[in-house]
Amino acid sequence: MIYREAGQFKSSYASDQAIFPIVQDRWVALALLAAAVVVPAALGSDYWLQAILIPFLIYALAALGLNILTGYAGQLSLGTGGFMAVGGYAAFKFATAFPGLNILLVFVLSGLAAAVVGLIFGIPSLRIKGFYLAVATLASQFFLIWLFNKVAWFSNYAPSGTITAPARTVFGVMVTGPNASPEARYVVAIGVALLFALLAKNLVRGRVGRAWMAIRDRDIAAEIIGVRPLRTKLLAFGISSFLCGIAGAEYVFLYLGSAETQAFDINLSFLVLFMVIIGGLGSVLGSFLGAAFIVMVPIFLANAPHALGLHMPVALQKQLELMVFGGLILFFLIVEPNGLARLWQITKEKLRLWPFPH
Amino acid sequence: MRNRILLIFVLAAAIAVGPLAGALLAQGGSIFIPLLVYRTGPYAPSGIPIANGFVDYFTLVNERDGGINGVKIAWEECETQYDTKQGVECYERLKGKSPVLVNPYSTGITYQLVPKAPVDKVVVFSMGYGMTAAADGRWFPWVFGFPTTYWSQASAVIRYIGTQEGGLDKLKGKKIAHIFHNSPYGKEANPTLEELAKKYGFELTQLAVDHPGQEQKSTWLQVRRLNPDWIFMSGWGVMNQVAVKEAAAIGFKMDRFIGNWWSANDSDVVPAGDGAKGYKGATFHAPGSNFKVHAEVVKHVYDKGKGAGKKEAMGEPLYNRGIVNAMFAAEAIRTAMGRHGNKVLTAEQVRWGFENLNLTEQRLDQLGMKGFTHPVKVTCEDHEGNGPVLVQQWDGKKWTIVSDWVQPMRDVVRPKLEEAAVVEGKKLNYTMRDCAAEK
Repeated sequence: MIYREAGQFKSSYASDQAIFPIVQDRWVALALLAAAVVVPAALGSDYWLQAILIPFLIYALAALGLNILTGYAGQLSLGTGGFMAVGGYAAFKFATAFPGLNILLVFVLSGLAAAVVGLIFGIPSLRIKGFYLAVATLASQFFLIWLFNKVAWFSNYAPSGTITAPARTVFGVMVTGPNASPEARYVVAIGVALLFALLAKNLVRGRVGRAWMAIRDRDIAAEIIGVRPLRTKLLAFGISSFLCGIAGAEYVFLYLGSAETQAFDINLSFLVLFMVIIGGLGSVLGSFLGAAFIVMVPIFLANAPHALGLHMPVALQKQLELMVFGGLILFFLIVEPNGLARLWQITKEKLRLWPFPH
Repeated sequence: MRNRILLIFVLAAAIAVGPLAGALLAQGGSIFIPLLVYRTGPYAPSGIPIANGFVDYFTLVNERDGGINGVKIAWEECETQYDTKQGVECYERLKGKSPVLVNPYSTGITYQLVPKAPVDKVVVFSMGYGMTAAADGRWFPWVFGFPTTYWSQASAVIRYIGTQEGGLDKLKGKKIAHIFHNSPYGKEANPTLEELAKKYGFELTQLAVDHPGQEQKSTWLQVRRLNPDWIFMSGWGVMNQVAVKEAAAIGFKMDRFIGNWWSANDSDVVPAGDGAKGYKGATFHAPGSNFKVHAEVVKHVYDKGKGAGKKEAMGEPLYNRGIVNAMFAAEAIRTAMGRHGNKVLTAEQVRWGFENLNLTEQRLDQLGMKGFTHPVKVTCEDHEGNGPVLVQQWDGKKWTIVSDWVQPMRDVVRPKLEEAAVVEGKKLNYTMRDCAAEK
């Protein structure tokens, strides 16, 4: 009953093609948007912003990038950490080489740098498929990390190899560096995330997205109906790496503040891949849900015993956290192999019939 | 279904926690110190003894003296797994409890916290690790690295190698390899070693080992090909034991293999068995548990069943490191109380205490630590104390000190350090403060 669209007539193509064609969905989206503004302000806690919401938004952007490549175009990639590292290091180089450059422009430029690298590593995808492609992208992960570790130029010859985000402003408000307020960082992070989510959503609904999905579902059939595989796959690699690169730049500039190559190691690639799988392959919403799950559940589990008044040694708590988290991943994958996004869809369908299911 | 899982989890947690719930400290009216620890993951062999030493010393201070001058210390552990992201999350979480100081226990996390320290007003006490450049207190007032830094340590180790070879001039043409953990931590000593290689004319080879360090075959193949006269290692966690085993396997002379102070713990040498005999390590405090302070810990902490670890594990180098670290922190707070009174102090006041810490031989004696570590004097300019270094050797059963206090080469290290402090300080838009004006 709640989700019943009866009586909502589409009188123009524009309204038929809207991202949220149903009024209720629009209300949910608006409510979420309002919550994104109100809740952090109401919580008023640096911890929530700096340790939970900002990483969530950054991971969501990275997951969105990988989702385009893996979920929509069907190209399995384990190079996300490497592409994010390209973004992070490129942003550092751009920001330090051109101190006057607007930081948002720096983010875009670093995304472009990552896109170029992504295109290069995407070339083998024409010949290599499936798990073999995963191995090829894994090579990019290790190569890029090795490169940034080996060549001191990338870290401006810092003896420790650590890159530190310089302080930069957007419209006079400090958004990076240690003195930037978490609120300012959050606004930038959510702005970027929403902007690219919107772009990605429109991309995957259009001709490009359909070409990706055609390649994903049956590449030979797609080729026969006129989709050019190399161009389509490379486009997916490019756009995916672009988003991952921006996420990597934000990762250093908005979240960590300073980073070394280890922050971008293979674990990060797996983490983002898990977000995509748990959130839902081929779903923009799924990227956000997956990121929320992977970022927030461990933190919730780490804080839960404390909140319950249980005090246990940290080592035991960590082991329990890992066990429960692993269990939850299994649970969700068994209950809904198509991810959290599909769960949301099922919920909507149920709500449509509620309270009178057949 | 979900309810059942939740139920099982809560039950399991309750069962596990029941016997342990006693070790609680009331907050409020106490000085809060967050402890970033790693008791799980690949770095746990190194992380556990440090964390235990730390907690045991604070428990001792609370149990025996009722706190520092009567003000209790409260702490909370947070598991970082030596992972920078988790460390930052821990810091942000515990920041709300107004901590006075934080011990990051990881160079990577220290690099994250150094820029945050003056903003959040929390003292970063990275004892013998972290950003060496931050030891210049004029640029980094909130960061302390005493009793000594990686650069000082590297220079002291080179001096030690020099004395073993019969003089620093004999180093010319010798081959020294530095095997390091490929992270900010492992790389810290590199510039100093390169500088010294130029100065004394020894041939330096830098060999990086990638995180976490379980795979070192290629590194040791290079070592065999190179056949160095000495090896210096900056390792951590599981990397150390692998390196010691590999060195033993290729038959390298173990008494010419020196680990830095994070690479010379019991857990690093025991897995290699007899092969590890003769392996050396730098340190800035004595190993072993026959000091008065250990007896006090046994009496006031372990005999009351409040020990953090096993009694037998006391005296491991890293356990003692935790003790020393906690002692420095406690003494700095005591120094601050000397000026601001015996109450719950703010982080600013504690920072003053750190900066004016003067730990004399006499005070160490009172603390039951005579001969345990070297006296330290911190000043506004010098947050490192420029402490000397000891060399300890593993005889197959225990560590023994085999050198006198080896002085670091301050003439080489300090100018470099000041230079680096300017570079690092400029990166963060700091200005140099005038120490003379603060006297």
